Amino acid sequence: MPVKSIMIVGVGGQGTLLASRILGEVLTSEGFDVKVSEVHGMSQRGGSVVTYVKYGAKVFSPIIDRGEADIILAFEQLEAARWISYLKPNGKLILNTQKIAPMSVVTGGAGYPDGIIADLEDSGADVTSLDALELAVAAGSAKAVNVVLIGAMAAKTEISKETWL
Amino acid sequence: MKKLFLGNGAVARGLYEAGCRVVSSYPGTPSTEITEIAAEYDGIYCEWAPNEKVAMEVAVGAAIAGARSFCAMKHVGLNVAADPLFTASYTGINAGMVIGVADDPGMHSSQNEQDSRHYARAAKLPMLEPSDSAECLEFTKAAFHLSETFDTPVIIRLTTRIAHSRSLAEESERVEKDVLKYEKNPQKYVMMPAMAKVRHAVVEDRLCKLADWGENTAVSDGINRAEYNSEKIGIITSGICYQYAKEALGTNASYLKLGCVYPLPTELIRGFAARCEKVYVIEELDDFIETHCKKNGIEVVGKQVFTKLGEYSQSMISSVILGDVKKTLSVKTSVPPRPPVLCAGCPHRGLFYALKKQKAFVSGDIGCYTLGALQPLSMMDTCICMGASVSALHGKNKADKANEKKSVAVIGDSTFIHSGITGLINIAYNKSNSVVIILDNSITGMTGHQQNPTTGLTITGEPTAAVSLEKLASAVGIKRIRVIDPYDLSETENAVREELEADEPSVIISRRPCALLKSVKHAPPLKVDADKCRACGMCMRIGCPAISLDKSSKAVIDFTQCVGCNVCKQLCKFGAITD
Repeated sequence: MPVKSIMIVGVGGQGTLLASRILGEVLTSEGFDVKVSEVHGMSQRGGSVVTYVKYGAKVFSPIIDRGEADIILAFEQLEAARWISYLKPNGKLILNTQKIAPMSVVTGGAGYPDGIIADLEDSGADVTSLDALELAVAAGSAKAVNVVLIGAMAAKTEISKETWL
Repeated sequence: MKKLFLGNGAVARGLYEAGCRVVSSYPGTPSTEITEIAAEYDGIYCEWAPNEKVAMEVAVGAAIAGARSFCAMKHVGLNVAADPLFTASYTGINAGMVIGVADDPGMHSSQNEQDSRHYARAAKLPMLEPSDSAECLEFTKAAFHLSETFDTPVIIRLTTRIAHSRSLAEESERVEKDVLKYEKNPQKYVMMPAMAKVRHAVVEDRLCKLADWGENTAVSDGINRAEYNSEKIGIITSGICYQYAKEALGTNASYLKLGCVYPLPTELIRGFAARCEKVYVIEELDDFIETHCKKNGIEVVGKQVFTKLGEYSQSMISSVILGDVKKTLSVKTSVPPRPPVLCAGCPHRGLFYALKKQKAFVSGDIGCYTLGALQPLSMMDTCICMGASVSALHGKNKADKANEKKSVAVIGDSTFIHSGITGLINIAYNKSNSVVIILDNSITGMTGHQQNPTTGLTITGEPTAAVSLEKLASAVGIKRIRVIDPYDLSETENAVREELEADEPSVIISRRPCALLKSVKHAPPLKVDADKCRACGMCMRIGCPAISLDKSSKAVIDFTQCVGCNVCKQLCKFGAITD
């Protein structure tokens, strides 16, 4: 099987790292060659965080470059826009509609851009959006955003429902 | 069965399987997890040392005593440990000793982008460089064997993308290694001129033998490996760059993958280069392999087409060599940057705000609090290396006496123990009127919550002696010492103002545990009473990620982030921020 590439993007503290680990374990149990690349340290502190998950018959590079991702799982709108150039032209974007203002917006230097979702749809990406925060809160914890998003993505992969459960 | 291992976790597994008994390290991204994970295995004694020099000396002592030993550090940590490194090369070992060093091309979490391979050559030590988790595990075991075969410490070099990527590796059983007998041998272990002169000759001879190993045994063991495909393009590479090159070029190129990057196998390289039409050296950072090739008259293309800056990738390699550029999507939205920030409830925030009010010169240091340099706090003037805040403040105050009452150093608890204490001794001994603020958040924060000598717990959570920062400062000769809670803004502001005004050196201990610690109980999130909020923007001056403004410029607090630290509440003159 040719290598598939999934990028998980979000803001430090949202649980993107755990999401990539869960995904990596699931794919390993399916018998794929898997590589997951993480970011630790300073960039985790509320910064823009990106992790890469690649799987297939044989994976070499653990990272995903521009134009290479089959799926981007975005935990936040602005981060989806930041990393959209990494999606393949026919790739899928699964978007949490949550907005987290970066410090440059908070301190008033720049506004949080409007109309990001429409803009992403216009880019040619196949966009599926959902309010994962609302669903997570309804399920009992705002911290479960990552699990909600993995669930949304599970439907877009070839992994069987039984494996995920 | 193969399992998914973090590169660092695979090194830890390799330590376990190799029968390693003693591990001493200082945390540093991207090396930290090696030691954290090694501590979970039975049969390996692990510890956090106060700094990398101590860690390496512990490993040297253990190896000479006859136990396989290891120490890990980030690239800049190897600078701190360079002193024992160079001389342990002379003494050699008894049982195997391996040094793990993790470089950070791209500087995800570092203050420079130095290339540690130079240390291998400078200290005349062999260096292995794995390219995935399976090799992290295998090379760690091979390194112990190499160490004992050639009586030398061996360095394993990782980079961020190896250390912090997960890939599959196969576990095997631990092979127990008995502690070897120590035999007194001052000719070998006491390095003073007469003995060291003899040992230097041994080191040079060892290097020749290691070079021979690199041409022969390392090839039969698959550590140095040629893969022939199309011979139009030849790629000489190592580590993560091998993976990038394979993905970019596949069977359109042949590869010489060097698992041992020092000493380099000159004849193996020469033979490979002779078979290929055009030969590239692909290596991140410096032209280490390339220089070796050129010195030996082997024609290669390297840094004239590849950068010395940052990380490489498969696309970058395919665009340089093949001229390929991928199609990409784009959006019209202009995306504002999202740099890392001090977390909501970070105890450093109140302290930096107090320094801002005093318009202080801040001599900074390495840790989470380096983020205080960023807007809106913008309260750091310098940040060089671990411990430099304290010693550089002393230098500044000696040079610029007129401004000494406007200048402070800020340093975290772990960094202070690492190398701030020596600077403080210098302040007391050489009499500068310096104010040193120890940001004591009761943990090593930036690297992900490691215990340190001030926390009273070991790496495994066992209770132990805790350094008293107050008593330590007192013991070195500082008389003015006070402890404050940085969540209390008026207390913090008073302390900073009064200590700056004082005519003698002082230490302020700004004490409040990291808000991310599991043991810290959070108050409920605060709320903004929109009727009372006058949109004055005072609460925005502290740069808390939990506070933002709505369309009418009134403050909004994000309940998912706020930990109820009350710092913003103390700033609001209108009582708009409430419990």
